[in-house]
Amino acid sequence: MSKKILPLVLGAAMGVAATTAASATTLEDVKAKGFIQCGVSQGLPGFSNPDAQGNWTGLDVDLCRAMAAAVFGDASAVKFTPLSAKERFTALQSGEVDVLSRNTTWTMSRDTQLGLNFAGVNYYDGQGFMVRKDLGVTSALELSGASVCTNTGTTTELNVADYFRANNMPYEIVAFEKADEVVAAYDAGRCDVYTTDASGLYAQRLKLTNPGDHMVLSEIISKEPLGPVVRQGDDEWFNIAKWTLNAMINAEELGVSSANVDDMKSSDNPSVKRLLGVEGAYGEGIGLSNDWAYNVVKNVGNYEESFNANVGPDTPLGISRGVNALWSDGGFLYAPPVR
Amino acid sequence: MSVMEQDSARAPARASLFNDPKVRGIFFQVVLVVALGYVGYNIVDNTRINLEQQNIASGWGFLNNTAGFGIIQSLVSYSETSSYGQALYVGFLNTLLVAIVGIFVATIIGFVVGIARLSDNWVISRLAYCYVELIRNVPLLLQIFFWYFAVLRAVPGKREKWSFFFDSFHLNIAGFRGPKPIWEDGASFIGIALIIAIVACIVIAQWARKRQEATGQQFPVFWTAVGLIIGLPLITYFVTGMPMHLEHPVFVDTGPRIRQGFQLNVGFNLIPEFLALTAALSIYTASFIAEIVRAGIQAVSHGQTEAAHALGLRQSPTLRLVIIPQAMRVIIPPLTSQYLNLTKNSSLAVAIAFPDLVSVGGTVLNQTGQAIEIIGIWMAIYLTLSLVTSAFMNWYNQRMALVER
Repeated sequence: MSKKILPLVLGAAMGVAATTAASATTLEDVKAKGFIQCGVSQGLPGFSNPDAQGNWTGLDVDLCRAMAAAVFGDASAVKFTPLSAKERFTALQSGEVDVLSRNTTWTMSRDTQLGLNFAGVNYYDGQGFMVRKDLGVTSALELSGASVCTNTGTTTELNVADYFRANNMPYEIVAFEKADEVVAAYDAGRCDVYTTDASGLYAQRLKLTNPGDHMVLSEIISKEPLGPVVRQGDDEWFNIAKWTLNAMINAEELGVSSANVDDMKSSDNPSVKRLLGVEGAYGEGIGLSNDWAYNVVKNVGNYEESFNANVGPDTPLGISRGVNALWSDGGFLYAPPVR
Repeated sequence: MSVMEQDSARAPARASLFNDPKVRGIFFQVVLVVALGYVGYNIVDNTRINLEQQNIASGWGFLNNTAGFGIIQSLVSYSETSSYGQALYVGFLNTLLVAIVGIFVATIIGFVVGIARLSDNWVISRLAYCYVELIRNVPLLLQIFFWYFAVLRAVPGKREKWSFFFDSFHLNIAGFRGPKPIWEDGASFIGIALIIAIVACIVIAQWARKRQEATGQQFPVFWTAVGLIIGLPLITYFVTGMPMHLEHPVFVDTGPRIRQGFQLNVGFNLIPEFLALTAALSIYTASFIAEIVRAGIQAVSHGQTEAAHALGLRQSPTLRLVIIPQAMRVIIPPLTSQYLNLTKNSSLAVAIAFPDLVSVGGTVLNQTGQAIEIIGIWMAIYLTLSLVTSAFMNWYNQRMALVER
């Protein structure tokens, strides 16, 4: 009897030990399971938001779909995990998600101390304030003594503390775990001010009882470069995330869109040829096929298409390109060339 | 002699050591302990290696770093420049506050409802029955949301108020406000007077009990205690020249609209998050306590009541002197579980922005990324709180146990 049990016990113990040793790269894992697990928000219109059928749409969602298109040639090979601001890094660190595309601000401590890497910036944001119009406030500097609603575990919470302290204004912070509860509490009148990234304010304003009664103040009190995040130490996957984003931006710059991408394959422009894999073998360098960027643009579109479809002037959010325009149009978007 | 020889001669002849039940028992236990130890070691080692590989900083150094975020309610001094350690301490005290207030209120409501449930008055007992069935069958988180979001919408907005008690207490969406006592020099004498009064009460109570046992004469202990505990500090207050004044909340209703309403940090304020959480926790737990109390009372045989009545005791002293002391033996152990539940349920505070240990810890976790350390702190603190509560209740249970003479 004991002769049979002992090997079993030891075997089980060895099994635990074995899990330490071998861990495949993220790309291998993703290819093996056939989809990308993407961490998104719990519902932020324009960035990552599920519709009534449970289909996710948004700028951040498009990035995950673009990565799926780059890896599998199929933008639907992606599953979404809604994460609160508090859970997001742990979920990525523990491998629960393969990429975090959840309006996450790139900061030094997050980049260097959490074992994570930011793969770029897909939206340049800044923190703003929303107030009721009937308060008669025109500047954030008039908010002395206000109670402020926000999310816990965000840079927002720190920025607002810095701002009020720097301007010597007393304030009261009411910090919720979920964005929906922040909106509900602000809507109920618990707070005078709702603060988060300006894009988020425009998005959440749509959820209020009377969106027209509220205004976003013009002050932007912080830099919030939002972008996709991957685990540190897996450069191959890091490159895929980074270059998927770059491909979308380069495609816009080169005038390649989902509508004309097939025609553009026969373009004379060498930059376009390299991007779409007609010339050179740039896909191999990131462990993918050479038509990776073609698949991204064909299935998801370039940055402009994604922006206009999700947050642009024709959507309920109505955000103009502003600093998120291409560098050639006076914005910040500037992707390294494919060559 | 010959028997022993026989035994020792037979022993080796018996089956091998392998089939000796005692040896086998020890062997399996050793194997189990070694295997468990190995698994445990592997988990710890795995975590350490993975953290190192992923370049995640670990250790306790972060507790001294500047927190940088604000907390709406703190019992000790806290500002954005305080450390993460201080922030966690603030969260811990808030958890403790909710737990203590919640346990206190839940016990009172629970006992009242539990006794009401056994009332001969049909309306009262049905009301108590409805309360129990309604409250204990709705999930706690929903009740917390109900109290926070539904009740929050019913009270006046930030720039209006309801006032009570000669305009000294006020309620609006920003909280329940009242005057705050500000202590001046010499106020410590009042505290000393209070302690002296409490000690005196204990001494008097013991003396009165001994005298009653010896002579049968009763002494009005309760009213004496009330008189002492209120009277002595009050006399000291006047003798030391009234070293205290009240700071009333300031309500502004002129000027720019953003400045209107109650001013921050003036007077005493219970924030709505605290009120909603405490209300939900105590009302929810009270429904369980009510059932425990009812069960405890029903466990005391009816003969006890009849005997007490036969001795001429009226309903109230029967309950107080005969039934409750015996029922307590049945009530206390499950009551302890409810207290522990309430303490642990207070972590749902995070849903409605009350800065308890989990809420503040979560923020710290997010800012620093020290998941393992923070979760360790959480577990250690809740475990300690629960063990302390259990220890106290066990001690109380022993005191209440039936002493046979």
